[in-house]
Amino acid sequence: MDSPLLELTDIAKRFGATIALNNVRFDLRSGEVHALMGENGAGKSTLMKILSGNIQRDAGMITIDGKPVDIRSPRDARAQGIAIIHQELNTVPAMTVAENLSLGQEPRNRFGMLDRTRVLRDAREKLARIHADIDPSRPLGSLGIGMQQMVEIARAVSEKARVLVLDEPTAALSRTEAQQLYAVVNRMRDEGVGLIYISHRMEEVWQLADRITVFRDGTYVGTGTRDELSETDVVRMMVGRSIGDLYRHEPRTPGDVVLDVKDLAAEGLGPVSFQLRAGEVVSMSGLIGSGRTEVARLIFGADRRKGGVVTVNGKPSHPVDPSQAIADGLAMVPEDRKGQGLFLDHSVERNVSISSLDQFVSGEVVQNRAVRQAVLQQMERLRLRKNAIDLPARALSGGNQQKVALARWLLRDSAVMILDEPTRGVDIGAKREIYELIDALARAGKAILVISSDLPEAIGIADRVLVVRGGRIVQELLADAATEENVMRHAVGASADYQTPNTGAQP
Amino acid sequence: MSINPEPVAEATAKPRSQFDFAWWWDRVGILMVLVLLVLLMSIFAPNFNRVDNLLNIARSISVNAILAAGLTFVILTGGIDLSVGSIVAVSGVVAVMAAIAGVPAPAAVLIGMAVGGACGLVNGLLTAYLALAPFIVTLGTMTFLRGLAYTITNGQPIVSSDLNFKDLGNGYLLGIPVPVIAMLAVFVVAWFVLERTRYGRHVYAVGGNVQAARLAGVQVNRIILSVYVIAGICAGLAGVIFAARVISAQPTAGTGYELDAIAAVVLGGTSLVGGRGRIVGTLIGAVILGVLTTGLILLNVQFFTQLLIKGVVIILAVAIDSLKQRPELLSTLFGRGHGPFKS
Repeated sequence: MDSPLLELTDIAKRFGATIALNNVRFDLRSGEVHALMGENGAGKSTLMKILSGNIQRDAGMITIDGKPVDIRSPRDARAQGIAIIHQELNTVPAMTVAENLSLGQEPRNRFGMLDRTRVLRDAREKLARIHADIDPSRPLGSLGIGMQQMVEIARAVSEKARVLVLDEPTAALSRTEAQQLYAVVNRMRDEGVGLIYISHRMEEVWQLADRITVFRDGTYVGTGTRDELSETDVVRMMVGRSIGDLYRHEPRTPGDVVLDVKDLAAEGLGPVSFQLRAGEVVSMSGLIGSGRTEVARLIFGADRRKGGVVTVNGKPSHPVDPSQAIADGLAMVPEDRKGQGLFLDHSVERNVSISSLDQFVSGEVVQNRAVRQAVLQQMERLRLRKNAIDLPARALSGGNQQKVALARWLLRDSAVMILDEPTRGVDIGAKREIYELIDALARAGKAILVISSDLPEAIGIADRVLVVRGGRIVQELLADAATEENVMRHAVGASADYQTPNTGAQP
Repeated sequence: MSINPEPVAEATAKPRSQFDFAWWWDRVGILMVLVLLVLLMSIFAPNFNRVDNLLNIARSISVNAILAAGLTFVILTGGIDLSVGSIVAVSGVVAVMAAIAGVPAPAAVLIGMAVGGACGLVNGLLTAYLALAPFIVTLGTMTFLRGLAYTITNGQPIVSSDLNFKDLGNGYLLGIPVPVIAMLAVFVVAWFVLERTRYGRHVYAVGGNVQAARLAGVQVNRIILSVYVIAGICAGLAGVIFAARVISAQPTAGTGYELDAIAAVVLGGTSLVGGRGRIVGTLIGAVILGVLTTGLILLNVQFFTQLLIKGVVIILAVAIDSLKQRPELLSTLFGRGHGPFKS
């Protein structure tokens, strides 16, 4: 048989005392999608950084078409036809799609000026290559995140990529956007490109990947074809043991109504009415842009309300500012962990304690020792290492950052917790821990509202599912009776009472 | 129950095996620069080491240091205040006029500080509640207040040889110049507020991530408003001290002082983006600038050359400060290590 397109053998890398990669291997053939899976810290990103020339390996061999190559810089990687799409987009929103596509290699006319017609023409060609239907003259920022990612892919592919690495490409995409991405991935595979696909989502890996390789703690665990492996196998390979049913929880018995939302409305949103009981987990499901996050922000006082009545434990709650909502017993973990949730440069201690300082002041003076004690207690509860307390939040993995965000509200002991995408970008071990925590909180009498784009999760962890479309709750389902299909049917409006999102938004 | 008994590995603190430049620079870097500077000066500048010269230096930096202390609050929230130099003039003018009108010395001083606070209130209201860019707002008030100082005084200095609060600028207490005592008092209070109070933590939070601060329950607008008021009060005090020192109200007082104050803050390691920095660094930054100025004078360096040297020092300090970000940048790239850590 031919030598594979790309082969990485016995790659090792250490950072100081930490062994990041311990003689791992990975190979990729033309025209296949090879998924690389593992928890955060398993070494996937390190390997990809070696492949992209951002860091250098300590040992091991990289061959392309059977010939050893040395990748010393991102430029070398590009020259070898290796392109990487990172989680964070690398484009300029203020510029047009076409300008982004020609960034750094702008065509000049004979007067040395930018050749605008060629910029547009080149852009069309590049977009056509990945079959993306995007108007190249639009400002990039006016496109949805999924389309922006397509532009990024078009840019990478235009550099005659033979190896394309996609690092959690669907983490921020809606379901439709993800479907479009899958189509592009499949087309590129058919054209003979080798794709390395990094993802935490089992579902899409099974849909896309021809082969799956699993890393754990910087070591190679195994590789198999999609047919050889089951989801359970992969999970076991990733965590080193069987994880059981990810969402399993004992039946819960909801108590009194804690949060009562009546006719809550804002510009283009609502009216929304629902109730949340003590000891109950309710998830809010819907497409991106359906208004789920907006409803949460409205309850939390982050945006201005136009009408409606909200009560918490029978007392009216009409916050004009989140600080008032917090005083009323509400808590919210925002979807954008890094942008809105955490103070990345500040210590874990500061991140956790910020919303509960009123409990630790005499006068205005903060009782530092008491704060530390209390923060450590919550960290222990969330199985965060004690010595992380003085680390900046930036230094933690996605899963641990999310735990820090949760710890803030555990410390506050809020009655109602709104968790917006609590497991996004979180590895499977931490996911399971977060589910357990949610269950434990509910059992302790908290009322919990979870917003999730991950349908199995939204159904699996909840007692009820509220389906949101066009800024309104269009359906309420008991979790036991909910299936992915019927939630999705209501979310896209494909039921008998079909309404487009726009008309649905009219009060 | 326990699924992941070994918490994710990277949360463990990396042993500081190699020399961690950023870590050391954060803690003692700028202090080392000061020590080095003082050593050089004591070797080469005649009389530098004499107690009266050192006290002179301390007195000469007090106005700039007090301005910089107030500005540290503003810059920690990610803002900027260009108007503090003009506030020095306006508050000095008002305090001197009040004193001439017969107001007792302590009241005249308080009036000067209150005028500064009022100017800061305007900056704060415009920045926090109208969400205008602080650079532009304070550029406007800087110009306006300078104009106000000229208008009140008709462009002429008001000299009052028996100014009742002149001891604030020229007096000594237990052998220490009064302005130095005022400066130290300001820094002790500022340190306590920033490091020990809830308010201080909120200031850092707003600068660290304004959206996260709001969603965490910090009343962001109030914090932003307050830091400009604090900067204004500090500038008011600095203005009164300056007027006392020159025993007159000068409409040109404090021209360009805002830039020296910003230089002191930045030299002290506070990030202009906000959320990172220490008040102690600001004091050291102000001292470095003062030592440099006095030392160069003692060395008979021409004024023009002094400016060249000061400019280079400021750029150098900021360059080192940004260099220290490199290891952090690298380690975030690797996704494992951790960078320098402040507050």
